[in-house]
Amino acid sequence: MSNQSKTTLDYERLVQTEDFKGLVRRKKNFATPYVVAFFAATFLLPLLTGYTTILETRAIGYMTWTWVYAFSMFFMVWIFTSIYMTKAKHFDVEVDKIIEKNVLK
Amino acid sequence: MKMDFISALIFFSVIALTLFITWWAAKQTTTASDFYTAGGSLTGWQNGMAIAGDYLSAASFLGIAGAISLNGFDGFYYSIGWLTAYLVVLFLIAEPLRNLGKFTMADMIGARFGAKKVRGAAALNTITIVMFYMLAQLVGAGALIKLLFGIPYAGSVLLVGTMMLIYVLFGGMTATSWVQIVKAMLLMAGTIIISFLVLMKFNFNFIGMFDAMRNATPHGEAFLHSGVVYKDTIGLISVLMALVLGTAGLPHILMRFFTVKDAKTARSSVIYSVWIIGLFYILTIFLGFGAAKFVGADAIIAENAAGNMAAPMLAGVLGGNALESFVAAVAFATILAVVAGLVLSGASAIAHDLYGQIFKNGKVTEKEQVNAARWASIAIGVFSIILALGAEKLNVAFLVSLAFCIAASANVPTILLTIYWKRFNTTGAVVSMLSGLIVALVLVAMSPSVWNPVEGAALFTGEPIFPYPLPTIFSVPAGFIGAWLGTVLSAKRHEELETSYAEVRFKAETGYRELDN
Repeated sequence: MSNQSKTTLDYERLVQTEDFKGLVRRKKNFATPYVVAFFAATFLLPLLTGYTTILETRAIGYMTWTWVYAFSMFFMVWIFTSIYMTKAKHFDVEVDKIIEKNVLK
Repeated sequence: MKMDFISALIFFSVIALTLFITWWAAKQTTTASDFYTAGGSLTGWQNGMAIAGDYLSAASFLGIAGAISLNGFDGFYYSIGWLTAYLVVLFLIAEPLRNLGKFTMADMIGARFGAKKVRGAAALNTITIVMFYMLAQLVGAGALIKLLFGIPYAGSVLLVGTMMLIYVLFGGMTATSWVQIVKAMLLMAGTIIISFLVLMKFNFNFIGMFDAMRNATPHGEAFLHSGVVYKDTIGLISVLMALVLGTAGLPHILMRFFTVKDAKTARSSVIYSVWIIGLFYILTIFLGFGAAKFVGADAIIAENAAGNMAAPMLAGVLGGNALESFVAAVAFATILAVVAGLVLSGASAIAHDLYGQIFKNGKVTEKEQVNAARWASIAIGVFSIILALGAEKLNVAFLVSLAFCIAASANVPTILLTIYWKRFNTTGAVVSMLSGLIVALVLVAMSPSVWNPVEGAALFTGEPIFPYPLPTIFSVPAGFIGAWLGTVLSAKRHEELETSYAEVRFKAETGYRELDN
């Protein structure tokens, strides 16, 4: 390998391969709904507390729905990170295949 | 609080432990990579703990506990925003950043745009953010130690400043990381103990605690509702936007992703940190409610108007002098760990980006790099200590939120577009970084955070021209618009040293690196 360490790969060709395009597409399709969901969840909270009173009613005892919403944000973070971890392992396998097939041949 | 034998023992044990770590780390710090990134040797859980230790600053521990105790739910917005921020980091930034960069955030942007002006702008942003953030921590530390041990403010700032320089100068990133790991453990232990004691006082009845809180504060039931502080929704959204997006642009947090060997480990370190940070922010409810109920708003305000002493005072009420000393020592370690990380990221911008890459064109030996980094650490450290000595009256929470606002506006658009926008170019990157920075600073300078009609309530006396305390809702779009305008208007121009987007994209997604770098 050492004698070809200066070789620059043909990246234009690499990013056009079906494998790579598929990887990018699957990553995007996976991540987009989660990104949209957590931004929406984050900025919906101040909109609801600022412009409406629907979260101001009591949910359990004197704990209002505002608190329930806030706590569910924590669970959202933990669940989304766990899902990301699981999914990312699949992408790792795909990446290894792409490198093996296109770069280390 | 008076310093008795047990307090002194606990306090000096913590200091001794961190100094031992530094002595141990110093033996392993020889190369530039050791100094900046601990040689990329940290494991996922170690870096996860260190991220938590780097992130949970005095603003989190002292600030949020105080804010919840005085303002109820409105204080909890900080906990929500600062945790959700990690989804932005994990889903959009952590892995591409690790795959493209080497030591600093500017390296990652420089992997696509090699021009010196891009690196210079990135270094300028890093130094600006670090200075505001560090000023907040040093001012907070000065006030804390002054209150706890009766040492004058100037002496307290000098003590903290000297300690942070010792860690960084001798132990580099290895010492800084392990100080952060130990601090995260101590902070979690302290927070869990206090929360347990608070919950015990409420007979382990979580719902009953809310019931008890509605009569426990001057706010009455409003304490349990949003709106005690944030009466204006746009202002609140602006604050949340700074917290959620700003994290992804904080140089000292981004730098932590270079201390692990690859993107997989970077990813797993985010997972560990999200669990630790999330648990901590949930527990801030017990700190805040407990302080409001068992210390009382009057006593908290009498000690510090912003409520910064709520958590140590609560520990004193619940567990006596020993627990209060322990919590004070934890707060001290918290600040030290954060400022050490800040010094290191500021020094890396000066020594690696400005001196090494721009001034010396990357032609520096290992020894020169490490020496430059140490001198830069001293420069950053001494400069921030001098600023902090004159800034005793500045509001700590404001300085921290300003750092987040600048990070969100000046750094995040460029970081995201470098990874994800094909047409983005050199001019776009420079215009984006500068417009985000300038719009954020100018609007803050005209805001109620700086101007107040009541004399002494803010830096200047007078009516603010800009209505919101933080301008994030305007300055983040300014960063993106700057990126778009700069890119479109210079599309025909040929820029040297631009790496093709195909290469950047391939490396960002796969982590592939050519052998010569």
